[in-house]
Amino acid sequence: MSTLLQSTPELAVAAGPTGGSLAWRRFRRNRLAVIGLAVVIFFVLFCFVGPLVYHTDQTRTDLHAINLAPSAGHPLGTDAVGHDQLGRLMYGGTVSLMVGIAAGLLAIVIGMVWGSTAGYLGGWVETVMMRVVDAGIAIPALFILLVISAISTPHVLGLIVILGLVSWLVPSRLIRAETLTLKNRDYVLTLRAFGGGHTRAIGRHILPNSISTIVVSATFQIADAILLVAYVSYLGLGVQAPQTDWGGMLSQGLDAAYAGRWWLIVPPGVAIILVVCAFNAIGDGLRDAFAVRGR
Amino acid sequence: MRADAGAILRIDELTVSFRTDSGEVPAVRGVSFELAAGEALALVGESGSGKSTVALAALGLLGGTARVSGSIAIGDIAVVGAGERELQRVRGKLASMVFQEPATALDPLMRVGDQIAEVIRNHDDVSAAEAQARAVELLGHVGLPEPASRVRSFPFQLSGGQRQRVVIAMAIANRPKLLIADEPTTALDVTVQAEILDLLRRLAAENDMGVLLVTHNMGVVADFADRVAVMTDGRLVEEGPVDEVLLRPQHEYTRALLSAVPRLSVAERPAAAGAAGAAGPAAPAAPARERYVEASGVSVSFGRGVRAVHALRDVSLDVAAGETVGLVGESGSGKSTIARAVLGLIEPDSGSVRVFGEELRRARGRRLRQLRAGIGVVLQDPVASLDARLSVAECIAEPLLVHARGLGRAERRRRVAEALEAVRLPAAFMDRAPRELSGGQRQRVSLARALVLSPRLLVADEPTSALDVSVQRTVLDVITELQRELGFACIFVSHDLAVVQEFAQRVVVMRAGAVVETGPTAVTLSHPETEYTRRLLAAVPVPDPVVQRGRRLAAAGGAA
Repeated sequence: MSTLLQSTPELAVAAGPTGGSLAWRRFRRNRLAVIGLAVVIFFVLFCFVGPLVYHTDQTRTDLHAINLAPSAGHPLGTDAVGHDQLGRLMYGGTVSLMVGIAAGLLAIVIGMVWGSTAGYLGGWVETVMMRVVDAGIAIPALFILLVISAISTPHVLGLIVILGLVSWLVPSRLIRAETLTLKNRDYVLTLRAFGGGHTRAIGRHILPNSISTIVVSATFQIADAILLVAYVSYLGLGVQAPQTDWGGMLSQGLDAAYAGRWWLIVPPGVAIILVVCAFNAIGDGLRDAFAVRGR
Repeated sequence: MRADAGAILRIDELTVSFRTDSGEVPAVRGVSFELAAGEALALVGESGSGKSTVALAALGLLGGTARVSGSIAIGDIAVVGAGERELQRVRGKLASMVFQEPATALDPLMRVGDQIAEVIRNHDDVSAAEAQARAVELLGHVGLPEPASRVRSFPFQLSGGQRQRVVIAMAIANRPKLLIADEPTTALDVTVQAEILDLLRRLAAENDMGVLLVTHNMGVVADFADRVAVMTDGRLVEEGPVDEVLLRPQHEYTRALLSAVPRLSVAERPAAAGAAGAAGPAAPAAPARERYVEASGVSVSFGRGVRAVHALRDVSLDVAAGETVGLVGESGSGKSTIARAVLGLIEPDSGSVRVFGEELRRARGRRLRQLRAGIGVVLQDPVASLDARLSVAECIAEPLLVHARGLGRAERRRRVAEALEAVRLPAAFMDRAPRELSGGQRQRVSLARALVLSPRLLVADEPTSALDVSVQRTVLDVITELQRELGFACIFVSHDLAVVQEFAQRVVVMRAGAVVETGPTAVTLSHPETEYTRRLLAAVPVPDPVVQRGRRLAAAGGAA
């Protein structure tokens, strides 16, 4: 009797594609996301590998070659102190990308720990922790950045920490919400019933299962952070010369733009727009990719 | 009555397939049947058999990914190939549908009267006031008490059974000739189920309405249907009058399906035998046996103040070594709550829970972990019980990682393989992902995880209620065999009295957070002492149409 019955429902084992390859297929279906990925890869290569191919001097000024229009020798011209603009775009990009990516990741890590702890513990601990987040969100990040920059002169590492510290609030809310639904899943209850600890519940089940939320939100965080770096530098509060980044280049090139020297302002502006849009597109694509994994 | 001209629903060579990411998936392969006016036809089968797809196709409600061929006729209107406007004139007027989940079938933001009035005015050109008046009349007709005031209720103010009555009122608002009910009582408690089936029976008789009842529950079939059609794997394998199909099944599949259904053995004269039964053979009490669980005077409430819900009031529960105790009761009776209190997942407000002779609340650190290592857990939902990200081996190894940290990788894999073998799954399953497994296989993986530490107590909370009967049978068999081998005690929570009767030595009947009755299963479930247990038992339909008819008449006679 049981042989017949077992054969029908129990054989429903689909040997389909693995979760990873299915996710990649979904991601590829989103054209914009693939273009976004290509743009990001291009800019990373451009900024970090570019200088090895295209040598320029970005530390000393060259007063014989200031404000030159684009030409064969300087494809994007030179700026007011004679730095080659194409080389400067690469040099500034390393700072923009590094700070943006690192600050975005730092924000997501802080948000992850904060949000999952609050969601998992619940009760008054959660209330206090999330009210802190509410309060933080009520204060504009830019305001905090201006105050901090007025007090101290940031270097790259400092900038990363500061940007990370102002942008973890939104991810922490997302991850708390995710944790709330995951902590009542039967497998977490089962783990606790046979004596598993809280660290194991969070580390092995809750965080890994919110990975889609985390990764998607991380890409958006990175885009935001790159934009924030640009803001801060544009206001003259970013990294100090001779270092620079795309926002700083914009700021310095603004006066020149009125004098018709467009090459000082268009390239960094376009680079910022492209990279930010690209990260947002990747985030969208990742969201599609994770949607199929289901449960 | 094989009606030809009188057929209200005629389905001929219906074939349905769905387009998915992984290609075309067939759901129904060439199904034909007819339903006469005033007749009740039950379409039965296990999950994935295509029975719900047939029901949805009959009203043209399949989504855009479905490809339908063959013909469906309601009265003399062809459904397959009909335009949306034409279908809208049929739906709700000539034929209507009742779905499984009354909670989601109603708009939570609309008063129930307005929802019924909307259905009436979709097809009938009447004034709003007149539609409201008819809504009140309909609510009274479906047996909702105080219909004149209930018409202004929102769905959340009604119980599940009341909501299903509202859904039915909407379905019959325009006196359809055909009612399609897809598992209309599956989400309801047995006592409510009996009432809803009575209601449907009465309405069908009054309006000479044909009813297509889609269900997996053979008891409901025996209680309700005139004819039965059995589906498996998208095909109709057997069709005939209910007495023939349920008592003398011809097809091999129907026979196997029926033999897997747990049967509640009912006392011949349930009411009279009560007193005699209690005085009868006393339980084979074994006071010498060690008590694994001693819960006494446990109270649990959720929330505070006036809105507090008292989930448990002064509940006591004992489980001896090697014994299986069944916890039964309707939803909200607190049966899962007491099981969770024993697991230490819920802290009781008062009372004590002792496990293996030790107070669970006082134990801390190592001692608590040791106590918990002796308890295995299997919960209801086969999907949510296993972390989808882990492999089967990792799921099962989890208790080992918590309690036996010294084990090496190879040793751990060996223990996992043993556990898999114990639940009759091949060792090759170790590296599979849970989503590649069927529901029954997943529950067996959960069981393997629960047993990998060789616990002395297994707590199973509705371990089979999300499974098909045949799969339920294999899972129950595995638990029974393992219990015989390993000798663990078991707390078995279930709403299914037949399963508990078969599986447990002792039974605890709960209602509204309190214990109503307790005793050896054989005595309590055949000669219940309390009115509540008696009602609970009487409400369970048995999968034998002749016996069930007799019980129904007896119940009606008792009520009159």
